[in-house]
Amino acid sequence: MKLDIILAGVGGQGIISIASVIGSAALKNNLFLKQSEVHGMSQRGGDVQSHLRISNQLIYSDLIPQGAADLILSIEPMESLRYLPYLSQTGWLVTNTEPYKNIQNYPEMEAILKEIESQPRHLSLNADEMAKSINALKSMNIVMLGAASLYIPISYESLEDGIRDIFGKKGSDIVNMNLQAMKLGRDFAEKSKK
Amino acid sequence: MQQLLLLGDEAIAQGAIDAGLSGIYAYPGTPSTEIMEYVQHNEVALSRKIHSKWSANEKTAMESAIGMSYAGKRAIVCMKHVGLNVAADGFVNAAVTGANGGLIVVAADDPSMHSSQNEQDSRFYGKFAMIPIFEPANQQEAYEMTYNGFKFSEKYGFPILLRLTTRLAHSRAGVGQRTLQNENTLALPQDKRQFVLLPSIARKRFKTLLETQAKFEEESENSPYNEYFDAKDKSLGIIACGIAYNYLMENFPNGCPYPVLKIGQHPLPRKKIERLANECKEILVLEDGFPFVEEQLKGFFEKFKIKGRLDGTLSRDGELNPNKVAVALGFVQVLGKPIPEVVQGRPPMFCAGCGHIDVYNALKETLKEYGDGHVFSDIGCYTLGALPPFEVVNSCVDMGASITMAKGAADAGLHPAVAVIGDSTFIHSGITGLLDTVIEKTSITVIISDNSTTGMTGGQDSHAVGRLVDICKGLGVEPEHIRTIVPLKKNHEEMVRIMKEEFEYKGVSVIIPQRECIQTAGRKAREKSKKD
Repeated sequence: MKLDIILAGVGGQGIISIASVIGSAALKNNLFLKQSEVHGMSQRGGDVQSHLRISNQLIYSDLIPQGAADLILSIEPMESLRYLPYLSQTGWLVTNTEPYKNIQNYPEMEAILKEIESQPRHLSLNADEMAKSINALKSMNIVMLGAASLYIPISYESLEDGIRDIFGKKGSDIVNMNLQAMKLGRDFAEKSKK
Repeated sequence: MQQLLLLGDEAIAQGAIDAGLSGIYAYPGTPSTEIMEYVQHNEVALSRKIHSKWSANEKTAMESAIGMSYAGKRAIVCMKHVGLNVAADGFVNAAVTGANGGLIVVAADDPSMHSSQNEQDSRFYGKFAMIPIFEPANQQEAYEMTYNGFKFSEKYGFPILLRLTTRLAHSRAGVGQRTLQNENTLALPQDKRQFVLLPSIARKRFKTLLETQAKFEEESENSPYNEYFDAKDKSLGIIACGIAYNYLMENFPNGCPYPVLKIGQHPLPRKKIERLANECKEILVLEDGFPFVEEQLKGFFEKFKIKGRLDGTLSRDGELNPNKVAVALGFVQVLGKPIPEVVQGRPPMFCAGCGHIDVYNALKETLKEYGDGHVFSDIGCYTLGALPPFEVVNSCVDMGASITMAKGAADAGLHPAVAVIGDSTFIHSGITGLLDTVIEKTSITVIISDNSTTGMTGGQDSHAVGRLVDICKGLGVEPEHIRTIVPLKKNHEEMVRIMKEEFEYKGVSVIIPQRECIQTAGRKAREKSKKD
């Protein structure tokens, strides 16, 4: 088993939390893991990415080679497209459709959505709205994790344990909110598959 | 072994704690910051009261670590690559004094300049100082090299340099832990003059350093970090340093067909390299950073064909990755699709509500009548004033350079000459420059945009909090030309008025717009509401 994920978004949107949950689940399943993060200047509202690699065999590179990612998981639509050079020919693009507009020349949404929809394997959803529907806007990133979980070969229960592990310090309310958020995303993905 | 999920930086911190560390010294700088932060929050470190406070800059950090080593305890000092420039005086001389308690210097390099002004390779500093350099390939090695590094340092009585790059510093993987060791007890150096670098003593100490070189080389020959992997196809021999080894192996999931010498410890193991050179037709050198090993090899074997960053096999600049290494190996790659044209760049920017925004709005308006080119800035979030929509900043060179460059430009006749520096950077390297201007009564205006933290690296404590006015007064800036204001939209007109007045003053003036970083203020508010 090998899974290479590019996590994408804008600094401050919470891609590291997603990586932490998957990472915690992977370690519990005795899998090898490497997860590179972006710290420093780019965190200030710039584009950020994290390379997350999981395998049952030793992983060498901290970086995913271009053309090799199994999954792009993006919590911002334009950012999902920035990493297409990394996506393998059989890889999935899973993205939030709610734009984060902190630049003046943000492109027309139609053009972005058209690009996303032209990808052979894609799943797009408005995770912001879904998170809002359960009064948990901050858990938008976890909704996205739930949607992508369909393409992550780690059991859903392990990911739930990952949520308990990563958010446990913040109290049971936060844990439950995130469990609910993940479920929303997961259900959406399962429905879309049918 | 217990598996901890750690960043490369954190693996170094955990290795140091487990090895009986007594003190860590550092100034924040990407990608090294998390080493100190990990120690600050580690329970063993807290219960042992291991020193883990930030220093004013890398030089004071380095010297404090040398002092702790003098007293016989184990110390680590951490910085980003350009921080080693600041600490270089102490660093190079620490190789001459040698160490008493184990002393590890960590330099985190930033090839591709993800968050830096240059991509210098700290291994050159290690070679320059003539001390052993360790270059981890992964998080586990980062842990081991630190854990065993103190013993190594104490065995020979010299500091060692641990060099890593951004990719390892900020990548997580499972790390196995070793037994926790006791701290050293206080023990002064046997030779009480060891650290007195008067010429007569320094000459002897330097000879000792020179004499120890052979032992360092022998250690490298036998080091588990310098492993020789033999293979059948001798048309090529590969030297892979640190994490470059990972990119190599990524390209050969079923094992590399060529002999590989993995390098993790310097000075170079000459015998192993000679074996590779004698057995293989060509050598390819893979190293993240400068062609440090490649250049040394050219000295070893003049007529030998060596491929690497110098002959164009790999690009001279930028971080390595699996794809670049694949090209160097002559592989045909299947890449993904290109980035669609619709995708726009998204540069970093000020957080909404940041005080620097108000400062730059006022500065931009004030400068209208003087024209462009008057503002020297520094290293921090406020460097973003160089980008749209402000584009008001004309320099960013090194820590503290805003004040001294403004001085030089004022000396040349530029008026007004304005420096914009943050509170933490002012403490780091701005104070001495400001004193130069006070002594000469240079006509400059220094704006210390005070957000009461070290913002860019994530909000570490700043020594400046509550002290800026007193420091400026103490340096001799006239009290009536030290102006404080809260940078808010409602104070815009007043800020413009103050700036105008001080630009016209023929002497040194300091304007301190003070408002806490909204990130740290928000964090504190959240912590407080959690307690309540």
